[in-house]
Amino acid sequence: MELNRRKAIALGAGGAAVVAFAGSALAQAATDAAAPAADAAVNTAAAPQTEAKTVEQWIEEFTGGAEVTEGGITLTAPEIAENGNTVPIEVDAEGASEILVLATGNPTPGVTITKFGEAAGSRKIATRIRLAETQDITAIAKMDDGSFKQATSNVKVTIGGCGG
Amino acid sequence: MISKREFLQATLATTALWGLSGYGNWGRLAAQQALTQDKLLEFDSFGNVTLIHVTDIHAQLKPVYFREPEVNLGVGDAKGRPPHVTGNDFLQMFNIAPGSPDAYALTHEDFVALAGTYGRMGGLDRVATVVKAIRAERPDSILLDGGDTWQGSFTSLKTKGQDMVNVMNALGVEGMTSHWEWTFGTDRVMEIVESLPFPFLGANIFDAEWDEPAFEPYKVFEKGGVRIGVIGQAFPYMPIANPRWLFPEYSFGIREERMQEVVNELRESEGVDLVVCLSHNGFDVDYKMASRVAGIDVILTGHTHDAVPEPVLVGETIMIASGSHGKFVSRIDLDVRDGKMMGFRHKLIPIFSDVITPDADMATLIDKEREPFKAELEEVIGKTESLLYRRGNFNGTWDDLICDAIMEERDAQIALSPGVRWGTSLLPGDDIRREDIHTVTSMTYGKVYRNEMTGETLKTVMEDVADNLFNADPYYQQGGDMVRVGGISYAIDVTKPIGERISDLTVTATGEAIDPSKSYTVAGWASVNEGTEGPKIWDVVESYVRKKGTIKLEPRTTVTVTGI
Repeated sequence: MELNRRKAIALGAGGAAVVAFAGSALAQAATDAAAPAADAAVNTAAAPQTEAKTVEQWIEEFTGGAEVTEGGITLTAPEIAENGNTVPIEVDAEGASEILVLATGNPTPGVTITKFGEAAGSRKIATRIRLAETQDITAIAKMDDGSFKQATSNVKVTIGGCGG
Repeated sequence: MISKREFLQATLATTALWGLSGYGNWGRLAAQQALTQDKLLEFDSFGNVTLIHVTDIHAQLKPVYFREPEVNLGVGDAKGRPPHVTGNDFLQMFNIAPGSPDAYALTHEDFVALAGTYGRMGGLDRVATVVKAIRAERPDSILLDGGDTWQGSFTSLKTKGQDMVNVMNALGVEGMTSHWEWTFGTDRVMEIVESLPFPFLGANIFDAEWDEPAFEPYKVFEKGGVRIGVIGQAFPYMPIANPRWLFPEYSFGIREERMQEVVNELRESEGVDLVVCLSHNGFDVDYKMASRVAGIDVILTGHTHDAVPEPVLVGETIMIASGSHGKFVSRIDLDVRDGKMMGFRHKLIPIFSDVITPDADMATLIDKEREPFKAELEEVIGKTESLLYRRGNFNGTWDDLICDAIMEERDAQIALSPGVRWGTSLLPGDDIRREDIHTVTSMTYGKVYRNEMTGETLKTVMEDVADNLFNADPYYQQGGDMVRVGGISYAIDVTKPIGERISDLTVTATGEAIDPSKSYTVAGWASVNEGTEGPKIWDVVESYVRKKGTIKLEPRTTVTVTGI
């Protein structure tokens, strides 16, 4: 899947509200995507946290302890990051009302919660995130029917060299 | 591949001659007489489409010695599967007689003796003869180059790849993909691409800023009434394995979904009858991709330099691995009807340089490209009494020589040398010419750094590289071999996860364990970091060889491998 400029603008106009957590995410692309239609998007950075929430806490808070199943959500991320400081990821979950992205190996695992308005034509986000080390990225979607779907992808952050 | 009947004849001749004459010229000539150009090219034409594949030539214009790997370990599902089968196991798997021309071309067994018998392989003037012969028989053939073409020699470095561009254009390439090409930098790549009479394909090359496709993903050929879509897949780990700062505008990656999209587009919108993927993924990555992307008929695989004499089937996809350094040309005849591949016939044609007549025009062009540099190329720097080779998962003798040179010339305790798969071989008794040193070192970022590194960092570096080679999931492999080391010994368990593979790191000279908290002087080359300072690796090696005069290297036992 490619997200070109035109599609990104359409996505922004569709009414994606992005909540980026300060200190843990770049959310660069998502912000760019929303910018051309700023009035349709809500972009909120949470206050810096004194103590980072754990992965379990994030999931517990997001799902309220409900069961999370695999499938119905696609997380696209590189197998090996070309640059750990800016790793492109994309989450596509048709029928999602909210999507939570976690970088499970980062000191602050919370990356972003995206809330889709009813007018959102596509329930998809693309952004770039910073990864401290090789780790699993997890995306959880809250579906319109209240169920939760999850996808996980391992991204390797390597010092590289020696390809021949 | 030479048919059973052909190699039997060749083997009988060779075996008999060994008994009579040893490795003298008479024996060599007679052995080669059993091989003829006609026999090497013999092919029972099949179907209605012919693909010709060359890959990973690494700028080798002239015939070379290239010793295939003795150690090429497969992990996970790849264990024991081609190309992770070497030596006698390989001969048995493909029913090849020891001592035969195929055994020489495809394995390391008896390499020095057989090199004496069968001579050098490759040479793009010989490749030209083969390509012309196939085209004469099948005018609608498509010649495809899998990349790693512009880098790997003194002349390609001096001309920024232009010598290879000129020669490959003359050869009549109709599409290529890329890897080391990018190490000449974006500006140079774009300059060449604009001049090419064929497409520079890369479905997985994206604009890094906008995350949009940046190059032609495929080309559709109309040949003999058949529509053939050829997709290019560049080396996925460009910005990780090679210096990102040389081509910051682009992003690569395997991009499996993108590959599926492009295949679907070819099938649905372009209405092709056949989908070919010209790939620089590496064998194991292609093997996995073939099992996950539907609709690819043929993968012409490259990058990992494997010469596999028979197509490898993955579902309904056939994989063709055509070796490296100009040693082989693959011919693949396909029967394509009603939008389907109904059958195939394949031959990995070994380019025995003494048997195949050089194409005169190409020979002239090659000599013209080399002429301005002739004196520099051919200057004898020293001599070797030992076989010098690189290819294999761990240190080859060329690497030992390079590491020795680095440690001595740069006064370092430890040397690191990249595990690249390119670099040809020299036989005992051969002169070491300047050109030979460049053939194992030539690159645009060949400076030799020297710095302090703690034992802990050293282990981290080695674990990281080992995981790029031995990760059980091919999508996490970069395709280089293990980093070469000098001054230290270590053990490696290839089956362990990252962080647990490397153990028993010791200073070889003293047997003392490497202390994680202690600092060591480490020198190495091919750093991917921008602004690396130091002398050029080829100058360092040349200076060392000149001082030594004659190189003699005993086989080393500094790496202990387990988990095989």
